[in-house]
Amino acid sequence: MEDDAMMIFPLAQTIAQPPDAAASTGLFYLFAILAGASALGVVLSRNIVRTAVFLLFTLAGVAGLYFLLDAEFLAAVQLVVYAGGTLVLIIFGVMLTSKSPGIRYEPKIVEVAVAIGVSVVVAAALVMAIVRQFPAEPASIERHPTIAELGQVLLGDYLIPFELISVLLLVVMIGAAYLAKARRRGGK
Amino acid sequence: MTELALQHYLGVGAILFVIGLIGFMTRRNLIVMFLCTELMFQGVAINLIAFGRYHQNLAGQAFTVFVLVIAAAEASLALGLVVLLFRQKNTLDADAWRELRG
Repeated sequence: MEDDAMMIFPLAQTIAQPPDAAASTGLFYLFAILAGASALGVVLSRNIVRTAVFLLFTLAGVAGLYFLLDAEFLAAVQLVVYAGGTLVLIIFGVMLTSKSPGIRYEPKIVEVAVAIGVSVVVAAALVMAIVRQFPAEPASIERHPTIAELGQVLLGDYLIPFELISVLLLVVMIGAAYLAKARRRGGK
Repeated sequence: MTELALQHYLGVGAILFVIGLIGFMTRRNLIVMFLCTELMFQGVAINLIAFGRYHQNLAGQAFTVFVLVIAAAEASLALGLVVLLFRQKNTLDADAWRELRG
């Protein structure tokens, strides 16, 4: 069967080979820096539209990291659902609420101090958890899991959460429709 | 340093999470606060997928699917609420709803 695939897709052999370590390391740093720098942009930018665009770049960088982690399905879903759907929703929210996008809401000094304190504590805890030596990753990854296997896991081991989350989506859809209706009633 | 280890990905996840946390606490604009929660989601999702590959199973990816769905649901409801609140007081400042503290 693999031979058949090989004949139909002669490139499959070369694509299936693991990328060499140097290339994936370079790509990792590229995506990581893209995601981190745009995340800083999200927090520091004063223009809310720019904030949303920085978030788009963060999401793209994270999708690249998913690719490097052999999670192609999630990388694609990340780009479609987040960059395509959620970000459009956010832009709509921004446009509906921005009479003057340049308005600044400045935090108080006390709030900044509290924020820095909490963040330093959380960051220290995370660093302590990460620098702990993990046993080395098994070097030989013969094959990475396919999308079909992910589907089987979702409809096998995680069937009940999967069904529950679809009910959640339905509830949220009804809730959002109700909110829109309430808005129309309140508006008139 | 040339070989990518689990720690590299955990580090990126931690950086995204902490940046989102700082933004959530220092910004007062409701929409920006919401975007910062999305950043924190991304940090957590990277951790889930990295650990999933480390343990050679699909649990991490399955949970990330759930995280994505919850984030999408949260986005639609949160933005609907933000727009409703904006209609009432004509501002996005989180301090305008101080009375919700009780």
